[in-house]
Amino acid sequence: MWEYTDVAKDHFLNPRNVGEIENPDGIGDVGSLACGDALRLTFKLDEEGRIVDAKFKTFGCASAIASSSALTEILKGKTLEEAEKITNQEIAEFLGGLPQEKMHCSVMGVEALEAAIAHYKGEQKAVEKDHGRLICSCFGVTEDLIRKVVSENSLSTVDEVTYYCKAGGGCTTCIEQIEEILAEEQGEKSKSVLTAPAKADGKPAKLTNIEKIIKIQEIINNEIKPTLAKDGGDIDLIDVDGNQVQVALRGACTSCPSAGITLRYAVEQKLKEYVSEDLEVVEVS
Amino acid sequence: MEIIYLDNNATTRIAPEVFEAMTPYLTNLYGNPSSMYSFGGRAGKAVSEARSQVAGLLNAKETEIVFTSGGTESDNAAILGVLDANPKKTHIVTTRVEHPAVISLTKRLEKRGYSVTYIGVDHQGMIDLDELRESITEKTAVVSIMYANNETGTIFPVEKIGAIVKESGTTFHCDAVQAVGKIPLDMERSHIDILSLSGHKLHGPKGVGALYIRRGVRCRPFVVGGHQEKGRRGGTENVASIVGLGAAAGLAGQNIELENSTVRAMRDKLQELLFKDVPYTLLNGHPEHRLPNTLNISFGYIEGEAILLLLDEHGICASSGSACTSGSLEPSHVLRAMGIPYTAAHGSIRFSLSRYNTEDEMTTTADLVIQVVKRLREISPFGKDKEFTAPGTAME
Repeated sequence: MWEYTDVAKDHFLNPRNVGEIENPDGIGDVGSLACGDALRLTFKLDEEGRIVDAKFKTFGCASAIASSSALTEILKGKTLEEAEKITNQEIAEFLGGLPQEKMHCSVMGVEALEAAIAHYKGEQKAVEKDHGRLICSCFGVTEDLIRKVVSENSLSTVDEVTYYCKAGGGCTTCIEQIEEILAEEQGEKSKSVLTAPAKADGKPAKLTNIEKIIKIQEIINNEIKPTLAKDGGDIDLIDVDGNQVQVALRGACTSCPSAGITLRYAVEQKLKEYVSEDLEVVEVS
Repeated sequence: MEIIYLDNNATTRIAPEVFEAMTPYLTNLYGNPSSMYSFGGRAGKAVSEARSQVAGLLNAKETEIVFTSGGTESDNAAILGVLDANPKKTHIVTTRVEHPAVISLTKRLEKRGYSVTYIGVDHQGMIDLDELRESITEKTAVVSIMYANNETGTIFPVEKIGAIVKESGTTFHCDAVQAVGKIPLDMERSHIDILSLSGHKLHGPKGVGALYIRRGVRCRPFVVGGHQEKGRRGGTENVASIVGLGAAAGLAGQNIELENSTVRAMRDKLQELLFKDVPYTLLNGHPEHRLPNTLNISFGYIEGEAILLLLDEHGICASSGSACTSGSLEPSHVLRAMGIPYTAAHGSIRFSLSRYNTEDEMTTTADLVIQVVKRLREISPFGKDKEFTAPGTAME
């Protein structure tokens, strides 16, 4: 059982500011049903640009609800400039602390806030913005977010990164990449763990079609299938048409909500890395 | 606040009769069963009697029962013991929905060079027997398949599995921790070679369990030490707990009818009340081939930990397959193996009853669950617009 503080419990049992503001100035949506938590934050500004009202709707565990409630309380009366400076630590501290494993709930609050402010400023929705490469495809965590939680919370281990932003908490295939980021953030020289095949002249060798297909099949068999098999999924190469790789997802993949992400990031990125940058992966049934 | 305890697949209340049977061995009768004097002999006699009670519940012979420290040790001892006895065989067959006591072990064995086949299940948690048949090879040392699933209650066709395993000539270990005491078992008429059971799942104490090892089945000892348990499990006997397990087994035998009539009726009532009044709910597990005490429901658009903690405010104890309750970030491996979408798995709640529950508790629980679900759905940003169905399951 989790040890929640009395304040956190109170914000879970009696959440403040539940709901959605009509005609809000800012809306921020983060998370999804599949990820296990999601938050919609709405706020309204007064004439002086201060947040007069903030409301939330949250799908998630007790600490997700408590963190959302805390966020809306912190936000009220703040200018946007002040709001932009809110960190996940402030949310956690407002609740008298959160169990370490639950810190990602406070990070979700800050993400929703950023998205809502971006929405107000007329920027692209935060999720569509370029946040660097995707590291954890299970939970959709980008490099930028990992770097942010690492530096703001002085994190030093992969477990901590997982607690704070979920990255690495699913299939665990991205753990080496997280280690690299941690090493970089700690100012150490990172060592590349995933090395693409050596290229003699520094340029990718031009492959014949047959070579390309054999290579794709090899990567799918040796690199991709074992990863998917961990979650009971499977993949078959159906055809290669020019640079278009046609695959079919099998097993648990067919019902997995993250299948699209898996295809785009786990499969396509791997093939691009090992075979050719020009490849594109499509699913056929 | 009165507790309504609906988490009996996690652990159970110690039956008062069990406690009473144990007390002398925690107080005055502290002798060592291996000692030569009659004071120790009394403890030894109590252990023998417990052995006969456990054998009685399983319709097995007393010599086929070995006491252990619980279900996890029993599972470890069975699998490792059979591997040890068959050093040339390096393949294990199990399922994707086993208890961690088995899966964590097989994962570790994979790292040590064993190959493991994990058989999948369908949307109701049911195993594919053809897949099982095809997976067994001459390299297979042991097939370890549970009797009934701890999360969904789905009961596997264990005798059909046993017949397939027997035909192949390999050894069949069955983790029956959830089945023993809830449904009748008969080892004389079974193909099970080795069976694990645990004391605290059947109103006995924690920290004690047993293995049934069919006569003639080769299984080397896991815990080595003294000559206790005829050399099959070293260590001075946990006399009081073994006596407790024996008493619990005796009671379980007497109450097995009750489990399948009264307890089942209460479970069905709770299920009916919840499905009647809560929209966007799914039943996880097999509707018929299911333990009589288990009800696993997914509530759409809300998350399990939040449900549990609000129920806890009213004294209701249940559990969830959501990610947040397990300490991991992914929902239950059982629900995932069944292909239950993450969206449904995150909001899954398991109610598991016992003969100590009452019908009134079912009504109270249903009322409170309805309130809690409604309250959390008001906070949730998701609603009717999002799809909420499990594959192969009709939407309520």
